[in-house]
Amino acid sequence: MYRYDEFDHKLVADRVNQFRGQVERRVSGALSEDQFKPLRLMNGVYLQLHAYMLRVAIPYGTLRSEQMRMLAHIARKYDRGYGHFTTRQNIQYNWPALDEIPDLLDELACVEMHAIQTSGNCIRNVTSDQYAGAIEGEAEDPRIVSEIIRQWSTFHPEFTYLPRKFKIAVTAHKNDRAAIKLHDIGIVVKQNDAGEIGYEVHVGGGQGRTPFVAKKMTDFVPKAKLLAYLEAVMRVYNMLGRRDNSYKARIKILVHETGEEEMRRMVEEEFAKIDASEMLTVPQEEIDRISAYFAPPAFETLPADSQAFSQAQADDADFARFVRANVVAHKQDGYAIVNISLKPIGGVPGDATDAQMDVIADLAERFSHDEVRVTHEQNLVLPHVKLDDVKTVYDALAAHELATANLGLISDQIACPGLDYCNLANARSIPLAQEISERFSDLDRQYDIGELKIKISGCINACGHHHVGHIGILGVDKKGTEFYQISLGGAADENAAIGQITGRAFTEEDIVDAIETVVTTYTDLRADGERFIDTYNRVGMAPFKERLYD
Amino acid sequence: MAQHAAKRARFQAVTANRLSDGEVVYFSPDNRWVEAFAMAEVADGAEAAETLLARAMPADFEAHVLEPYLFEVLEDGQAYKPASVRETIRAAGPTVRLDLGKQAEAKAE
Repeated sequence: MYRYDEFDHKLVADRVNQFRGQVERRVSGALSEDQFKPLRLMNGVYLQLHAYMLRVAIPYGTLRSEQMRMLAHIARKYDRGYGHFTTRQNIQYNWPALDEIPDLLDELACVEMHAIQTSGNCIRNVTSDQYAGAIEGEAEDPRIVSEIIRQWSTFHPEFTYLPRKFKIAVTAHKNDRAAIKLHDIGIVVKQNDAGEIGYEVHVGGGQGRTPFVAKKMTDFVPKAKLLAYLEAVMRVYNMLGRRDNSYKARIKILVHETGEEEMRRMVEEEFAKIDASEMLTVPQEEIDRISAYFAPPAFETLPADSQAFSQAQADDADFARFVRANVVAHKQDGYAIVNISLKPIGGVPGDATDAQMDVIADLAERFSHDEVRVTHEQNLVLPHVKLDDVKTVYDALAAHELATANLGLISDQIACPGLDYCNLANARSIPLAQEISERFSDLDRQYDIGELKIKISGCINACGHHHVGHIGILGVDKKGTEFYQISLGGAADENAAIGQITGRAFTEEDIVDAIETVVTTYTDLRADGERFIDTYNRVGMAPFKERLYD
Repeated sequence: MAQHAAKRARFQAVTANRLSDGEVVYFSPDNRWVEAFAMAEVADGAEAAETLLARAMPADFEAHVLEPYLFEVLEDGQAYKPASVRETIRAAGPTVRLDLGKQAEAKAE
């Protein structure tokens, strides 16, 4: 994993000291709220319904054990004993006091963490595939280029005041687990016919009020040229992106209004200028230096199968279910990727207590080469567990309510904080996720239903990714009362698609029954082996609509 | 931000968040910011509401609270209650964590 050098340490320490002074001046009255608000937002501090909220960056969702332990400590010391993992692979604390946040940030800095690039109209924290470096079939570890982008984008003077926030995601696998086509820029690390590593770049994706799937801008940018290409995209956006209307200020609107071809032409023209200057050509020695941080851990040479692993599944049906749902094949023989669901039945999606975070930190240290990953679907991953150790890890997880065997199933929902916490929300998301989870709590039924991604947002900003849920749910406000609109057919993977709205919204009392109607319509209509999304794509909206409204 | 005061609301109160910790507070009859909704002053009519908001926002209000605003309340027998889901949740705490927020403090007392 990447480790700070002296410049990184100084950069973060200076930033904390600067913010400490800003907080002191705000509390003393030297700064007004209008002056202070953009400063606190640049440091990840929002004001929510009940308190301030601090969003901490977890670059490309990768954590060391000591970092996870620090997140637990922060939850205990400065918050209310828990944190909320987000769809940006970050963590949010819901209750920190403003005057304690500088001390909190000081403690975070001790483990090379911060809240920079988690808010404001800058290039945000880069996200990536949670299975990076562990899954078979990657062109290379996507965290290498993610880290290069992080360093380039942090405090980039030209891109500190963009028209709106800007999000970049990276994958290096044919199966997109980072939702790259729903980002301002989505990058696929790939190998060309000559065996060279480069990047396919997609631009103009996003959700919110006006959702779009990104357009492919180029098929292959050579490795050393990526920053020049990204700078070209950013520069075109920074020059032409709208600043008169925040709802139309994201690059997706620029791409849509300008047209894909014209956007490509402008980017290529800018890229040619930047490339000619060679200012942003990444030196090979720097690529090598960063790559070394992401070298595979010292895996043992093990047989592909483990007798202990097989026997444990035969002896323990619950463990066998956990393996079926949550354990994924590793690229290294004798190892597995272990997913930790933060979606216990009836629980709050993405929440983890300080004690749970400590347990996960310990397990990562003992059994996963010191690494934890955060997924954009609000779960955690131990990426490098020996097959022989999976049962031990499972037992420890089960003892702390972390072994729910529901990955990718109907109860593994994304939900934003919604009106229980969020200042922007129109409706609650979490109670709905809990009710759906309870309604479908029977795991056998969940396995029968198969892969089904429900995503819930409490407002049109779509932090809960409802546009790309197989079943999406959007909370709306009608005269102070919560209603819920359903959309179907969305997808966030390599076949990214925006869901279609079924029709009029449902009341809080009726929405879970409506979801059940959608699910039973699918199970009634599905052909052998079809997932929900396959059936929807085959039969379309009509039969679902008919059952929901007739 | 959604679900603030309705234009035709009869009864309204003033709320804000406290500067130091973000706690939800209400403007009281004795010109203080208090944590309990039950202690908030309720204005009857649009004119009284604007007067109440003006009282809550003297020149130095930003030294204590953030973004004061009016919100609608309803008469509920002998007491008042927030009209919207949003303000009900602000007055109590998250509906999914009854051990947190004002509702938890009320239970502990």
